[in-house]
Amino acid sequence: MKPVVEIRDGAVELGGRPVLRGIDLSIGAGEVVVVLGANGSGKSTLVRTMLGLVPTCRGEVRLFGAPLERFHDWKRVGFVPQRVTAAAGVPASVREVVASGRLAQRRLLTPMRARDRTAVSEAIAAVGLTDRAGDGVSTLSGGQQQRALIARALAGRPELLVLDEPTAGVDQASQEAFANTLAGLVEQGATIVLVAHEIGPVRRLIGRSVVMRDGRVAYDGAPTGDAVPEHEAGHHATLDTAHPDHTPAVTSPVDPREAR
Amino acid sequence: MVLFDYAFIVRALLAALFTGLAAPAVGTYLVQRRLALLGDGIGHISVTGVAIGLLTGTEPTYTAVLVAIAGGIMIEVIRERGRTSGDVALALLFYGGIAGGVLLTGIAGQSAATLNTYLFGSITTISTGDVWVTVVLAVVVIAVALGLAPQLFAVAQDEEFAKVAGLNVRMYNVLVSVLAAVTVTVAMRTVGLLLVSALMVVPVATAQQVTRGFRTTLLAAMGLGTAASIGGVVISTYVDVAPGATIVLLSLAAFASAWPFGVWVRRRVRLAAPFTEPVDVLVPATGHHAVPEEHEHQHGEHCGHRAVPHGDHVDYVHDGHRHASHGSHYDEH
Repeated sequence: MKPVVEIRDGAVELGGRPVLRGIDLSIGAGEVVVVLGANGSGKSTLVRTMLGLVPTCRGEVRLFGAPLERFHDWKRVGFVPQRVTAAAGVPASVREVVASGRLAQRRLLTPMRARDRTAVSEAIAAVGLTDRAGDGVSTLSGGQQQRALIARALAGRPELLVLDEPTAGVDQASQEAFANTLAGLVEQGATIVLVAHEIGPVRRLIGRSVVMRDGRVAYDGAPTGDAVPEHEAGHHATLDTAHPDHTPAVTSPVDPREAR
Repeated sequence: MVLFDYAFIVRALLAALFTGLAAPAVGTYLVQRRLALLGDGIGHISVTGVAIGLLTGTEPTYTAVLVAIAGGIMIEVIRERGRTSGDVALALLFYGGIAGGVLLTGIAGQSAATLNTYLFGSITTISTGDVWVTVVLAVVVIAVALGLAPQLFAVAQDEEFAKVAGLNVRMYNVLVSVLAAVTVTVAMRTVGLLLVSALMVVPVATAQQVTRGFRTTLLAAMGLGTAASIGGVVISTYVDVAPGATIVLLSLAAFASAWPFGVWVRRRVRLAAPFTEPVDVLVPATGHHAVPEEHEHQHGEHCGHRAVPHGDHVDYVHDGHRHASHGSHYDEH
């Protein structure tokens, strides 16, 4: 079976400066992967590269087996971007924001059909915002706005859901609601890629951790602890001599070719 | 009705009706993208377009449409490419546009008065041909702005999400710029190039004082724009005032009367918003704090203290504290 997301020898430059390099990553159907890393480690760039929001300068990215530039089946993908707010210059209700999640399913110049409306209502219910559906998003709390953005991605009933720090600064109740929503998706066999600073209540769902450091995949395997291991200015060579203080899983497999 | 006995007033009212509908329809997307001054910029650039028409002896409406569209696309490209110096680049374009227009008008041997009819509108001198151009262009603008509303909304709301939904974001952004450019030239004869942006933006700002959704904002803004346009023309037939300026001042008056209401609504919503529990990472939840002082007063529905939902109970905001009922006494929350 083809992997849902595949990056081979991927490298990304932003404004001429290398941000990601030597990325080899393959995510299979039904996997739940958390991407961890310190600020500036490239974890957000990694998922944005998967979705073609950031161009690669080297290597290849494939979604559902198709090279990104020839991939058009966007209705299979859901995305929750990293946002401080869901509001824009003009008021928009929660229902309207979530309804844009159906765009990939709808044809041009045709109104929403019954199944579109059902999907939107179900997505709003899944994040527990049914009683706020008609309210403007700007009147919601930060956590509720974040939930609205998650509902927008859910409305398309995606097979692959990519979330960029969806729980950053979100209150406890919203985090629990979010974990439950995600659990429902996992049961339906969705593939989930989640960027997080701390894992929190979704820990029980995670099947695999990818730890980014300085633009490289520093660890890829079974879930690690909650906190991101922060090696201050870690020298690559020192990682070969296993350090007892560090989580062994994190220190061992760092890019052997480079380290030797 | 006496007004309709005069053909020029009928033409003016028709132009006002369609301008009033089209300008806020496009303006809503500009405001949503926080580009409220884009219309103003295109208006400035169109001055050069009008001058080119005067210089070459072509109908200025046509040259203005072409130059406005070119300007709109240019602004969009600058906005997309140059993230940091975008507003400076826009300013250069704006002033280049208006200076070029004044220069070319002078070379064409036309007086400032001729240019003035385009800068500030001259709806009562509009010809039958002009009315048709206005109506056709306005109908196209309204049809696109309403027909592609879901796509344009998604792109203006969140470009990255729209891209992952498979939308051609750049194409839709250019489309909004082109719509704005066409609208500017449509409104050129009604309110004038220097005031057109007001008709695109002010009705939207007025509508959003009271609306909660995008669709209602869009439609309400179109209604307000039409009312102001028609009202401005009607007033200027009875009183000797410039119709363009009257239309803009009417829109501003509507905003001025809606604004206090908007402030009041927003304040009410803010104060009634429920208290939420913070994410307790560093500080564990504080235990039980009873209100120490003798609480002679019973909090309730009509006690005068603001009741705010907090989880499964209600907190009463009391002299900078939050009091929650706990059996026989009150807790600090």
